[in-house]
Formats: sequence, structure tokens, C-alpha cells
Amino acid sequence: MTDGTTPITGPIRHPISRADVEHVARLARLALTDAEVERLTADLAAVLAHAADVAALDLDGVPPTAHPLPLRNVLRDDEVRPTLDRAEVLAAAPVAEDGRFRVPRILDPS
Amino acid sequence: MTTTGYEAVIGLEAHVELATATKLFCGCPNEFGAAPNTHVCPVCLGLPGSLPVLNRTVVEYALRFAAALGFRVPDESIFARKNYFYPDMPKDYQISQYEEPILVDGAIDVDGVRIGIERAHLEEDTGKTTHMGGGGRIHEADYSLVDYNRAGVPLMEIVSRPDIRTAEQARAYVSELRGVLKALGVSDVKMEEGSMRVDANVSVRPVGTEAFGTKVEIKNMNSLRSLGRAIDFEIERQVAALEAGERIVQETRHWDEADGRTHGMRTKEGSSDYRYFPEPDLVPVAPSDAMRAAAAASVPELPAARRARLAADWGVSDADARVLVDVDGLADFAAAAVATLAGGTARDVANWCTGDVMAYLNETGLSVEVLPLAPDGLAELVGLVAAGTISRNQAKDVLAECLRTPKRPAQVVQERGLEQVSDAGALAAVVDEVLAANADAVAEYRSGDDKARKKKRGFLMGECMKALQGQGNPQLLNALLDERLAERLA
Repeated sequence: MTDGTTPITGPIRHPISRADVEHVARLARLALTDAEVERLTADLAAVLAHAADVAALDLDGVPPTAHPLPLRNVLRDDEVRPTLDRAEVLAAAPVAEDGRFRVPRILDPS
Repeated sequence: MTTTGYEAVIGLEAHVELATATKLFCGCPNEFGAAPNTHVCPVCLGLPGSLPVLNRTVVEYALRFAAALGFRVPDESIFARKNYFYPDMPKDYQISQYEEPILVDGAIDVDGVRIGIERAHLEEDTGKTTHMGGGGRIHEADYSLVDYNRAGVPLMEIVSRPDIRTAEQARAYVSELRGVLKALGVSDVKMEEGSMRVDANVSVRPVGTEAFGTKVEIKNMNSLRSLGRAIDFEIERQVAALEAGERIVQETRHWDEADGRTHGMRTKEGSSDYRYFPEPDLVPVAPSDAMRAAAAASVPELPAARRARLAADWGVSDADARVLVDVDGLADFAAAAVATLAGGTARDVANWCTGDVMAYLNETGLSVEVLPLAPDGLAELVGLVAAGTISRNQAKDVLAECLRTPKRPAQVVQERGLEQVSDAGALAAVVDEVLAANADAVAEYRSGDDKARKKKRGFLMGECMKALQGQGNPQLLNALLDERLAERLA
């Protein structure tokens, strides 16, 4: 759900704005106080400054690293393994009904 | 209304459930219809400490699909987390592929037009939510119930280029794609059951212009028919809006089968709002040369080649070849019948299959494999017609019974006493008796004009058939009657 703020894309913008922090908090469903937004704006600016140090290097010809481990093709055979007991699974849910997880209303009725 | 002066630009995203034994990243059964939340484990429930491991068969299926449609398989592909808040995934993210999909740049020929396929990538299917209260609609529901059996089922998302121009072409593309996936054995591809789901990106532009119009994504079409209807509706809606001087809004719209319209949804999260990032728990996939070669060797005859072969070998029309190949199991059934044919032709077999057998399947909703009629039973029926034992019309009745009961055609023919009398001596004796018993009619035939002769000949033929209780071979009987009447005129 877009809320009018600009998504963070492309080159790192520095420093980060309060609006950016509020947007990210909203996407992560975090309810932040004004003081927290203030503090996180400064913290995240420091993180982005560090990322900017990396971005400043000449990285032409260096492929992006998606994974640091020297591993490829970790695969398993297509064989059925035991599943969990449903009663045990649903016991961990705050509310269950009719063999299923019961969750609160997903969208506001508005 | 008319859409003259405009052309549509259509791209399709097909989500196909892969027919593996287990889910994409865990060993839970990939099986439709089980009791809710019985096919779940720590991995697909996203419990802390669990780790996904990729299913080897999924990679093999993707490579087989690549070999069939000429995709490029990059050296490496990676998985990504697509983050969103919706209870259909317990992890609050879906593992998908974003920047480096497993397959790129394929194409499929559809009625002589090459439709490009930009990419195909692997991702997890989501759980099933049921909205309670408010008529089952999400906006008015009081709460929702979630079943995670489907969460983690392997999907391949196949994204076409915007090369499609009409609803008809979109349907043909999906139909061809379906046929290929089915022939490859990688998916059930049943739109009605949700194992293949197709979304369409539709825009319109004035004919002769190159720039794309604003595109609208339409979802929720659960048959080829509704896909075609939804696209046609959307094209007309957009053209009408442009003609009225309005702007098209980029949005996602849901197709409503009941009212035959698309309806706008809330603005969807933009791509960057999903905060895609590389999945740290899965290492890259780098298909080896051996895996690629094995996949290429596993590609069977594809539908287009099979249609061409049936048309050439059996002499059936392109349209009939398409029916035979498109309908599950029908071409195999026909081929098995042809293999046991003792009389008649492959084309006869094909005609029964695309005619009466198809009509019965459509009428009952049954599939070929559950028919009590075996392929050699159909061959027997074709043989009975070819030998003149029964007429084509009688064969239709016999087939109708054999499609419903386990009886063999010869048995039905015998029980109903349908055998035609094709013995020339017996037929000649009947003709002679009828002519002798109807001397008046014969005399009128001799003295009458053409019109009177035609009338009397018809009467005498009817008498012959009556004497034979309708079982005389009509061709032979006609020939014999003409021969005997000609003798009377001489």
C-alpha cells in the first residue's frame, strides 16, 4: 500500500529523511514514536554512510554477491517426509477454528 | 461498442503448480485436497530455526521446460525474499526469484506467431485464506481462517513479453503453453482447479503508434473462457475511457465472472515496497552440463509436432488434430485404437473421437480414462461399420451404449439384433418377393412417368426394408431393387 512517500531505489540518498524512515516503518508495520523516528533517522544515516563508503569504490566488473558461501546446488530428493501433528501445530496458534489458524480481519472495513 | 482505431498490447503471467511429490523447500506432500493444516512442517510454517532446502525435481522440471521452449539458462540463479504482510504466508515473506531467475528468453509459436517469454522463475505458492462473515468477501469479513497445506507448493511463474494483441491470441497462447507443460509432465495445468492461474497485463494504443499505453493488471480468471472475456472487457473499457478523454490509471483489477466486468482494487504495493533481497538461507542454483543434457533428453514430442504428425499420418484436419492433442488422453486413446484396427481407417477412429466421443465427454464432464469404452472397443466399432455389419447411424447408437456401459460393440449389435443383412442372395430373394406381392405397383412403375416411377420405387424400397425389419444393407438393397426394376422395363 503506497502512502505517498518515495520508495528507496537507485543510488543511496544521503542523508535519509524522516519521511523515508516513516515509510519503512510503515512497511514493516512498526509503530514508532516521534523520538524513535528521530533516533532511527540518525542511526540509519550512519548505516547508509557506511554503505556509501562501499558504493564509492570502483566496483565495475565485480559481480554482486548474493551469497558469501562457496556453495552451489544444495538440493534434496523429492521424497515425502513426516509432517507435524495438526493438534500440536494449532496449539501454538493464538486462536484456531475448524482445523485452521484464525486470524483477525485482514483489511479495514473502510 | 467498437474498438476500431486501437490495438491492445497484452502480456500474460502464468503461475503453474509443479507436479512434484513434495513442496519446493520441504518434504511435505504436494497434494491437493487434504484436511487443512495436515501437510505442514517447521519449514513451510516458518518456525524459528528451520531452513529451506530446494527440491531437485523442481530444478529438473524447470530445465526440461527450458529445453522445450528454447530458454537460456543462466549460469546461476538466486532466490529472493518478497516481503509483505498478509497471513497467507506464515513467514511474512514469500521465497521467489527476482533479479536472477532460473530461465530467460524463451518463446512459443502460437498459430504461426512467435510469442516471446521474458522469463520463468520459481517461487512458493501461498496458503489458502477463507474469509468468514460478510459473504466471504475480504473487505466485509469479520475474520479469516488459514490453511497452510498449499504454502510452499512449487510454482513456476512464466512471464510473456507484451507480444499478444487480442483476447483470442491470449487464449491460444495459454492453450499452447498448457499443452507443452502437460506433455512435459511437469504440471496438471488445470485452470479450474487452480494448478494454472493466469494474470493479464493489458493496455491499448492507437493503431500505428509504438509507445505503450498505461497498463492494467487483471486477475482472477479461472478458465480460458473467462481469460478471453476479461481481456475483451478490459480493452473496451480502456478504449471507452480514452475516447471520453480520461486517463487510464495503472492498477490491479479483479475479474468478476458473475457480472462480466473488471473491478478496481486498492492501489497495490509497488515493486520496491516488497523490499526484495537475496534469500540468505538458500545458495545459488548453478545447473551443471549433465543436468542440462538430462533435461534436454527428457523432452517428449510437443503438441505442435504431434498435431502435424496426426494430420499427416491420419489425414485429419488441423482443427481435429488440435482437439485430439488438446483433450487429455484423447490422442493416446485414438492411437491405441488405431493400433488394433482390423477394418476401417485411422481417420474413421479420429472422426469418432472428435465427434461422438468428444460430445459425450463435454456433456458429462468425464475424462477419457474413465470411459468404459476401451481403445480396441472403438477399433471394433470402426471395423463393424467398415465390414457393412452395421450402418454409420446404427454405429452412433451402439457407441452411445458403449460409452455408458462396459459392453463391447459386437455384443450390443447382437443384443439389439442390429446386424445388417448384407447377404446379396437373401436380399435378392426379399426384393423378388416384394415385387411379386406388389404387382399393381410394379405395373404402375412400368407405365408411369419419371415422377410416378420415383414414387413407386420409393414405395417398393420401403416395402423391402419393412420385410427386412429395417436391417437390410441400404446400398446393396438399392442396387438390387434398381437391377430388378430395370429388368421389368426391358
